[in-house]
Amino acid sequence: MTETYDRVAALIEPFNKKGVALSDATSFQNDLEWDSLTVLDFVATVEDEFDVTITMNMQAEIETVGQLAAAVEKLTA
Amino acid sequence: MTDAAATPDDPQIDLATGPAGHDLMAKFDPLIAERQALLDTGVRDPFSIVMEEVLSPTQAIINGRETILLGTYNYMGMTFDPDVVAAGKAALDEFGSGTTGSRVLNGTYGGHRDCEDALREFYGMDHAMVFSTGYQANLGIISTLAGKDDYIILDADSHASIYDGCALGNAQVVRFRHNSVEDLGKRLARLPKEAGKLVILEGVYSMLGDIAPLREMVAVARAHDAMILVDEAHSMGFFGDHGRGVAEQEGVIDDVDFIIGTFSKSVGTVGGFCVSNHPKFEVLRLVCRPYVFTASLPPSVVATAATSIRKLMHAGDKRAHLWENSIRLHNGLRELGFTLGTATPQSAIIAVMIPDQQTTVMMWQALLESGLYVNMARPPATPAGTYLLRCSLCAEHKSEQVDQILSLFAAAGRATGLIN
Repeated sequence: MTETYDRVAALIEPFNKKGVALSDATSFQNDLEWDSLTVLDFVATVEDEFDVTITMNMQAEIETVGQLAAAVEKLTA
Repeated sequence: MTDAAATPDDPQIDLATGPAGHDLMAKFDPLIAERQALLDTGVRDPFSIVMEEVLSPTQAIINGRETILLGTYNYMGMTFDPDVVAAGKAALDEFGSGTTGSRVLNGTYGGHRDCEDALREFYGMDHAMVFSTGYQANLGIISTLAGKDDYIILDADSHASIYDGCALGNAQVVRFRHNSVEDLGKRLARLPKEAGKLVILEGVYSMLGDIAPLREMVAVARAHDAMILVDEAHSMGFFGDHGRGVAEQEGVIDDVDFIIGTFSKSVGTVGGFCVSNHPKFEVLRLVCRPYVFTASLPPSVVATAATSIRKLMHAGDKRAHLWENSIRLHNGLRELGFTLGTATPQSAIIAVMIPDQQTTVMMWQALLESGLYVNMARPPATPAGTYLLRCSLCAEHKSEQVDQILSLFAAAGRATGLIN
């Protein structure tokens, strides 16, 4: 696991109301069961933490924690 | 060889549930079940009300009962204005029931031009473009303005028509937290300097009735070289000295590039528009698909709209009474102990926040049965997964009606346990 993954995972925790164990394959919709408002709030948190822009267009392609970490790594590279 | 047509005894088809395995409607099963469970508790369906007769902007017959309307967008009460109705009747006689064509072909009559003139007069702007609905105005302008390499920066609580305008186009879309100037500034600062940017704001957000801090937001957007579009659907006629909206009230209307509005609220009919001072604005008529590829508004509709818009230019007394009503209802509901969407009265919309769907529907039904209609709103229309009863006032509500509304709320609130 990369440093980015660890930081993303740490940001998820306050939103992880069900206490789901996280892995690369954890799905935001199916496992964490976030509604659209939680997604918005979380994405904004990630954007601010890494100082990046995650457009809605990108969000449509991101389903899992691993995919988000990879996207953030690409944006900060 | 088999017969391609399905027959009732085809083993693969269950007539009760539709074609096996590939029913595209299956994705709606959870919603169908949720709705049925709610109706099984014995409540009336809040989304299938019929107005059997409409007596005035503030009264209708629903289920055979005279009912006060507190859930319309008829803010300025123009729907039964005698001049407005007469203009519509005359246009119907002179120009017929419909145009049967696009604005760019056979669908622009004198009345459509006159309606655009009325909008230019109302806003004091150079250009106006009338669409068939407000929804289409957002769909058309947003999808046409922002191209593939441009950015749209929008408030997370934006109306569905704004989101759908983004979906119809192919710009990069960035959201900021509702009404947060700081969040908007941070997001703008991260975008490439040379990229085209369109910031989309609303004057009044229609679910909670809160207004945007447009002065600060417009300044931040300008500082980042973004163009600005403000949707004033719920503020036209009511905010600012000329009724031009929150941008006028906040003193920033000259810094706004495009204003979107609708005829289906204060104007009292149906249709949408965009006004602007941009020197190249008129080219949009040729490239904006939701403008080109649909039929124009019927002559009677644009005639009523033009008449109503010109009357709204001189409606200072109505505006004052609408504010009086809004403040009276907001204060009264708060004193009764209801939780409201805004701490202070900010617009003609007052949202009564309710913890869950069941109580919301019970409260809604108790009000309806006592002769008061309000809107019930639920996700995804509402932000933050909230349930609420939305009250919207009309300049034609009499002060005594507002008092009556308050006593109906008090009784229903006590009956459902929402207040003590």
